Amino acid sequence: MKFDIVKNRKWYFGFSVLISIIGIILMLTMGLNLGTDFKAGSRVQFTVGQAFDPADIEKAIETDLKLDVAAVQAIENNGAVVRIDKKITADEEASVNKYLTEKYPNAMPQISSVDPVVARELAEKAIYAIILASVGIILYMAFRFEYKFAISGVISMLQVVLVVVSIFALFRFEIDITFIAAVLTIVGYSIHDTIVIFDRIRENLKHYKVKTTADLEQLVNDSVWQTMTRSINTVLTVVFSAGALYLFGGSPIKHFSLALVIGLVTGAYSSIFIAAQLWVSWKSRELKKPKSA
Amino acid sequence: MIKWSRFLGFLMIVVLFFALAIPTYQSIWNNIQLGLDLKGGFDVLYEVKDAPEEKVTMEGVIATKNAIEKRIDSAGISEPNLAIEGDNRIRVQLAGVFNQEEAKKLLVQSAELEFKSPTGEKLASGRDLKSNARAQTDQQTGAPQVAVEFKDPKLFADITTKYVGQQVSIWLDGEMIQNPVINEPILTGSAVINGQADLKEAREIANYLNAGALPFPLEEISSFGVSPSLGEEALHDTLYAGGIAFVLIFIFMVVYYRLPGLIGMIALVMYTYLLFSVVSFMGITLTLPGLAALILGVGMAVDVNIIAIERMKDEFRNGKSLLSAVIMGQKRSMPTIIDANITSIIAGVLMYWFGTGAIKSFAVAHIISVLATFITAVLISRLMLQLLVRSNLIKNPWWYGASKKGGASK
Repeated sequence: MKFDIVKNRKWYFGFSVLISIIGIILMLTMGLNLGTDFKAGSRVQFTVGQAFDPADIEKAIETDLKLDVAAVQAIENNGAVVRIDKKITADEEASVNKYLTEKYPNAMPQISSVDPVVARELAEKAIYAIILASVGIILYMAFRFEYKFAISGVISMLQVVLVVVSIFALFRFEIDITFIAAVLTIVGYSIHDTIVIFDRIRENLKHYKVKTTADLEQLVNDSVWQTMTRSINTVLTVVFSAGALYLFGGSPIKHFSLALVIGLVTGAYSSIFIAAQLWVSWKSRELKKPKSA
Repeated sequence: MIKWSRFLGFLMIVVLFFALAIPTYQSIWNNIQLGLDLKGGFDVLYEVKDAPEEKVTMEGVIATKNAIEKRIDSAGISEPNLAIEGDNRIRVQLAGVFNQEEAKKLLVQSAELEFKSPTGEKLASGRDLKSNARAQTDQQTGAPQVAVEFKDPKLFADITTKYVGQQVSIWLDGEMIQNPVINEPILTGSAVINGQADLKEAREIANYLNAGALPFPLEEISSFGVSPSLGEEALHDTLYAGGIAFVLIFIFMVVYYRLPGLIGMIALVMYTYLLFSVVSFMGITLTLPGLAALILGVGMAVDVNIIAIERMKDEFRNGKSLLSAVIMGQKRSMPTIIDANITSIIAGVLMYWFGTGAIKSFAVAHIISVLATFITAVLISRLMLQLLVRSNLIKNPWWYGASKKGGASK
């Protein structure tokens, strides 16, 4: 006999609520490490070429270049990212370039600067994109399935986004525009997973006689198990892609791929243990109502 | 009975594809436009500001964009990418190897040339000159100078006639660079501007004059630069990662799903080829997020195969014959695949609509990859599998991913 997933659903809900609370606390206390894309200012990335102490670099740049450095972060391959809250001018940019190239022969500085207006616009657009994508998905699913499926699916999806964002908050990973692209992909995949399961539930609804909550639980349990191999295998193949991108894909998309790996695994979990279970709980109320009436 | 015609049909699809793909893939790849993050360069967003006497209009923004374009051309930087964003912004993307600082200076310098009378009255401007200014050395002194020619020689003749014996000053961007005395009227319309430090500076000024002054001043509001070597590294690493992902998925699919898995992987190669052809022919700029979306699309395309094969195995377990299991499995998995991919497309379209830059290019790649999935993983892969099953060449269900038990219980 296969493990009864549906029966234990209260545990998953409890676990999810706990994770969400921890996630929200993490975000509120630690804050997000917003990149220059979303937070105005300048960002200078360069290669130091040897092990170094970020504090030394911060001090050197502040004294030698008279710039107000907000933070220096060490990244892969002995690289450093210097963040300056104020957007530096073209002249300052030139002197930063000259200074770093003289001090570190392989510096290859990459400087990006964003004006506050542009940063705010970008952040707003990213949030709009996620909200609108959710609304679009809810509408489509409500049209193809029913609104209970749609809402359950979107709650499960939002949970995945929350987990990914709070892990990024915990480890202080930079949140930039590629992270948003990652979140949008995760949203897509998570919905993909949920739809496969819902689709099986919808199909089984035609063949099962559902009279009691137990029937409904049985149906969802069967549907989840029938799609289990697919769920696992698909996550495996996608984790192969995202994992390869993470391990070998180079620094610009390292965090992108990491977000994907976390999001895809959470997404698969969430579609089985949250989306489908929310729907059971919700739908079973509908069954009870006629009885009490 | 073995139906060779079906098997031949199956083989034809595979052979024809490789016969098309192998000779062409190189040129398709070379034709793809790479984004700045993959080949290096910089991206600057400017806001067009009001000029002292004139407010910015859309025409003004277009004129400014054209002026910048001309400058980039005259400086010999190839394939610039300029776009107007919103009401008063211009995004400039320059790719390749060059001095980014100098290039930035070249873009924002307003290059307003003026000829003024001794009393400060404006007599002529850069707009009155022909676009053939050139740097040269003075034949007597060897000093660098810029030779210019008036569009209307009469204008310069009038000026030089009126101010004979007096000084006519030449100003560039509000700075006086020369204040020569007019010895005699110049009737030919040609003049020289002296006072440059070296020939390089003379050449720069000549370039500015030829490209024309910027009608409105610019303010840089965002910029990022990627050094070409880092861009190349990113491209190389991402492709390498994609290759490894492909090998891993290939092994998994063939070991776990056997023949249908292999067919799925052939369809995946077709998917990759189709994708890059579309990107290449439509002239879509491939950026790092775009490339990541394509590699992730591989995951989605594989998923389509997994959904269908799992469904097929279900049918087979329920006692269907091999052929009807294949047909029913494909048919039953269709609604799932359609719903899942349509939601993906909805998310992609919304991203495209509201996103900028990186999000937009991710969205484009994502939408193309979902469509390519439909053609290869849904249509072609199904056709291939059906032809193979109908050929009766390989009848043992084990080859189609069924367990030995499942096959025996039939």
